Amino acid sequence: MNAALLVPLATGNRALTIGLFLAVVAVTLYITFWASRQSKTAADYYAGGRSFTGFQNGLAVSGDYMSAASFLGISGAIALYGYDGFLYSIGFLVAWLVALLLVAELLRNSGRFTMADQLAYRMRQTPVRTAAATSTIVVSIFYLLAQMVGAGALVGLLLGVDSAGVKNLVIVLVGALMIIYVTFGGMKGTTWVQIVKAVLLMTGTLLITVLVLAKFSFNLSELLGAAADKSGKGEAFLQPGQLYGKDLTGKLDFLSLGLALVLGTAGLPHILIRFYTTPTARAARKSVLWAIGLIGSFYLMTLVLGFGAAALVDTGKGSQIQTSAGNAASPLLAQAVGGGEGTLGGSVLLALISAVAFATILAVVAGLTLTSASSVAHDLYANVFKKGQASEQSELRVARIAAFVIGSIAILLAIPAQRLNIAFLVALAFAVAASANLPALLYNLFWRRFNTRGATFSIYGGLIMAVFLVTFSPVVSGTATSLFTTVDFAWFPLRNPGLISIPFGFLCGYLGTLISKETHSAERYDELSVRALTGAGAEKAVVH
Amino acid sequence: MADRTTPTYESGEADRLPARDHELYNRIAQESDFIELRRRYRSFAFPATIAFMVWYLTYIICNNWARDFMDTILVGNINVALVFGLLQFVSTFAIAYFYARHANKSLDPLATELRDEFEREAGR
Repeated sequence: MNAALLVPLATGNRALTIGLFLAVVAVTLYITFWASRQSKTAADYYAGGRSFTGFQNGLAVSGDYMSAASFLGISGAIALYGYDGFLYSIGFLVAWLVALLLVAELLRNSGRFTMADQLAYRMRQTPVRTAAATSTIVVSIFYLLAQMVGAGALVGLLLGVDSAGVKNLVIVLVGALMIIYVTFGGMKGTTWVQIVKAVLLMTGTLLITVLVLAKFSFNLSELLGAAADKSGKGEAFLQPGQLYGKDLTGKLDFLSLGLALVLGTAGLPHILIRFYTTPTARAARKSVLWAIGLIGSFYLMTLVLGFGAAALVDTGKGSQIQTSAGNAASPLLAQAVGGGEGTLGGSVLLALISAVAFATILAVVAGLTLTSASSVAHDLYANVFKKGQASEQSELRVARIAAFVIGSIAILLAIPAQRLNIAFLVALAFAVAASANLPALLYNLFWRRFNTRGATFSIYGGLIMAVFLVTFSPVVSGTATSLFTTVDFAWFPLRNPGLISIPFGFLCGYLGTLISKETHSAERYDELSVRALTGAGAEKAVVH
Repeated sequence: MADRTTPTYESGEADRLPARDHELYNRIAQESDFIELRRRYRSFAFPATIAFMVWYLTYIICNNWARDFMDTILVGNINVALVFGLLQFVSTFAIAYFYARHANKSLDPLATELRDEFEREAGR
């Protein structure tokens, strides 16, 4: 989203909104304080003691996954572009089947704290941990930066202020909160923040959905008809093609995006490490099942929210929804169904939805920071640098320092990045996750011969190819919406690299494996399979 | 810097486990119960993955290259595109449900039995 285009919402309820924001901050800080007193060991800090139930972790997974981009962005895209806005959510949901069927349980049984653990079991640790940590940090920082810049713009929008100073202040405050959650609360604190957020998000969304549907006597067809009429595009508003696939390049780009969305989720490090927080693989499975139910219901509701905004709120040229690139759609819809601008009901609902969006941002950035910090401390410090000889205390100290440093870097990068259009960073994070991480994880679990060189080749190959292609795509240069508008070095036509970079990551893993003479990793494949499928020797929950 | 006293560390986290664990893992890997568990797991997970990927890609491809079909009105303002999209939700929920049932019934009992065997013999 382009921060400069955002125009503040109505200001009448600012006090109420700020009050609710402070309530969110107070509750989450209390959780963090409580969690910090419970966290003693590395398993507590990295994996919340592995003591969360399937349901709790399912909520936390949903809270970690559903970013403000999907809450405000998808409903906004539907409000503006109709049917095509809905396409993102389908990829985001179907992707969970990859996690459910191929990844979650096996990872829970065969790893400990980070994505790299699972590879490190049968590979040479230094190279695979370095590679996996690199890709973990790159993916998480891309994602984090997108969320932080979004936070500045969104909170500015929600509070009804449009000054650079306030946005910078918001970024610093969000960054400081996330550092506090992660440094003191660890995984336990972060998980509870995500659970609270998921409950708030589901409740808030359900409330608005019911209010919207009630206006159309719970008849979906009637809602769609009203949205199509009001949009001025008629039937075309309900058909594919308003946003994607206008020409062949556009169609290939859409295919590329679709692939990255469906294959990226199960390679996102901040999602993967959530599976370690359950006591057993069975509980990890239950958490994915809950997540599928919650995330699926949520996206179905965003469909109603998006078309509801198109039908009930002004989305024409110069409207707030247009100028905010759709982000204002859900808050404005909440205001409209509450009774409209200036009414008590409208003000309360607008403030409520704003607070939900704020909680959403906090929960996601905390999860991302924790993931990067864990990888720095556990993969790079304890295992690459100290060769597994670091004491638990020193490892945890490094994790906390890393959380502070990464959080500070994110703040420092996010402030200047506000002037840039960095919406592509989320899509790039998914593309890297699908191109670099997923091939390594799947080969490791299902291909006996896979070895260290295969793992490093697939991770670096997929990572470098994805970033390389995006650098030379219209996302970065050459068009009016590019990162750099005045120069043009784009020769790769697609905005999303997945179509090329995902097969490339798999190919690199395959070729890397074949040209290596390492046999040790193949000898350990049976052991890994037994661990992964039965849970024999898997890490157990911490008993305090 | 490789430490001379732990020369094998560089070849995997597994090297830190006691020799007894390796023996047990490799023995269990040959047992018929484990082979059956792996077969049951893969015979669900692999075809299901192929099925939902094909189904999802068909949807993406129809959005791109079968616009007339997608634009067909079914009832009221509901067209094929919307129903196709909603069916992706239905299929996701259905596959998740059937996998959970399969895992509870056919995978978990075998997995638990093998894990108990390992832990009993490894003395944990």
